[in-house]
Amino acid sequence: MSGLRDAVSDTLVLAKRSFLRIPRAPDLLLSFTVQPIMFVLLFAYVFGGAITTPGYDYIDFLIPGILVQTMSFGGFVTALGLSEDLKKGLVDRFRSLPMSRAAVLTGRTLADVGTNTISITVMLVVGVIVGFSFDAPLLHIVAGILLLLLFGYAFSWVFAFIGLTSSSPEAAQSLGFIVIFPLTFVSSAFVPVESMPAALRDFAEVNPFTITVDAMRALFLGAPAGNYVWGAVAWSLGIAAFFAVLAVSKYKRAVVR
Amino acid sequence: MSADVAIEAEGLRKSYKDVLALDGIDLRVPAGTVLGLLGPNGAGKTTAVRILTTLLPPDGGSARVAGLDVSRQAAQLRTKIGLAGQYAAVDENLTGAENLEMVGRLYHLPKGEPRARAAELLERFDLADAADRLVRTYSGGMRRRLDLAAALVAQPPVLFLDEPTTGLDPRSRIGLWETIEGRVAAGTTVLLTTQYLDEADRLADRISVIDHGRVIAEGSSDELKDQVGGERLDVTLESEADTEAAIAALEPLAAERPALVDGVLRVPVRQRRGMIAEAVRRLGEAGVGIDDVAMRRPTLDDVFLTLTGRAAEPQGGDGEEGEER
Repeated sequence: MSGLRDAVSDTLVLAKRSFLRIPRAPDLLLSFTVQPIMFVLLFAYVFGGAITTPGYDYIDFLIPGILVQTMSFGGFVTALGLSEDLKKGLVDRFRSLPMSRAAVLTGRTLADVGTNTISITVMLVVGVIVGFSFDAPLLHIVAGILLLLLFGYAFSWVFAFIGLTSSSPEAAQSLGFIVIFPLTFVSSAFVPVESMPAALRDFAEVNPFTITVDAMRALFLGAPAGNYVWGAVAWSLGIAAFFAVLAVSKYKRAVVR
Repeated sequence: MSADVAIEAEGLRKSYKDVLALDGIDLRVPAGTVLGLLGPNGAGKTTAVRILTTLLPPDGGSARVAGLDVSRQAAQLRTKIGLAGQYAAVDENLTGAENLEMVGRLYHLPKGEPRARAAELLERFDLADAADRLVRTYSGGMRRRLDLAAALVAQPPVLFLDEPTTGLDPRSRIGLWETIEGRVAAGTTVLLTTQYLDEADRLADRISVIDHGRVIAEGSSDELKDQVGGERLDVTLESEADTEAAIAALEPLAAERPALVDGVLRVPVRQRRGMIAEAVRRLGEAGVGIDDVAMRRPTLDDVFLTLTGRAAEPQGGDGEEGEER
């Protein structure tokens, strides 16, 4: 079917275009590498001493959590880019071309997988420098990295929707921050959920961030896996599907101004 | 519908919430010609373009572009059109060449073609030297040229240009006009929206004046000017005391009775040929001294002001507007 072939080719054309933004405007790279590194250092050396994590060194506990948090924000590039494209009339141009209707979104979110790969690499290098060590077979580690990318991809769709909904790139940024940031903290990413008050703990235990972070600890550190890994995959797929539908329908109706 | 009509719209209607943007627009553009859509800000020009380029579904009415229905055959229709909007819709973080190649790929041109077309267009638009520079280093005029080039990548038979020269310096404007004329000479059909009368006058074969979402006049530039009033002879007399004698001498030439307005005798005429010489001869015979004689033709500005009721001053105040609506 040439429709599918065109859709894939359009996606790749636009993914390349989105990804080229990184070397062309490298200031963006700072926000998703330097910021997580600062978080690692801050938690490892400032808060870490005050947090007890039974069974783990804090740095081992922290790295999977911070990787998941970083992934959830990687899609910000998509929100920013879409919001700019809308403002500059590029979305109008794309919508007037005989191209796949979804490719602007699938291209952007695919490019995020590339930038997220860079983030993961930087984070793991920094993690190892400050004392993180894997305690799992290579296959599990690879599976963990793929899970991170899947989770990041799901949040790219959340951000795609946010970018199409916001009135400006700045609004997209703060909306993303307000919605996602608290979710990452009320989870097992930085502290054991057992240390939280009962009501928060109840929420934290069903929070997809907790489930994904626990899955990452299972894959990177050999923690008891339970159903976390499948739960995390299910959440990622669910979030991706739900927001992809929302974002695509929003895109089709997108109007400049 | 006949094959040589490139754009045809009937009764297009569109409202946004409680604002009526298009109130039943009819357009007809024969293939290979230029239609100028002329109107003040907010008249509905951009809405019409957005509907015809499939960006916006109409609330009512129908439209076909290159023989394809904007609602039912949108996907095929998009292969036949190029759009250059009011914004320079190009990616700042790509080079000029990369922008055009990207558009070529998204039109699904055969392999190798996007690059070749990009090089050719950059050359033609005087951007060859800047081909490998990031667009964010381009000037406003260069961006607009690149934007127009992007609309031409697939050599579409129908081109939509929404205020293509707004905000351009005079030299860039003329350059763009020449490019558009070149495309039309090669057989492209163009729908052009503009607020600039000289632009419509120069480029458009036919002009539709729209205001408040309706076409209020349609015709060639000359027809529109005639609609407002044909040519007239303005005669300044040496002495106003001769006015009656002058009117008597010129009345046989005039389409209507000449009248003195602001010290100038206005003589509406049916045709201009030989008119000045004849008027001078008659006035000479009548012994009337002449200070100045000139033929005057209404400009598109006169047409626009008369039709839209937007006079030079903010409000007409003489009820003309009420009558119009």
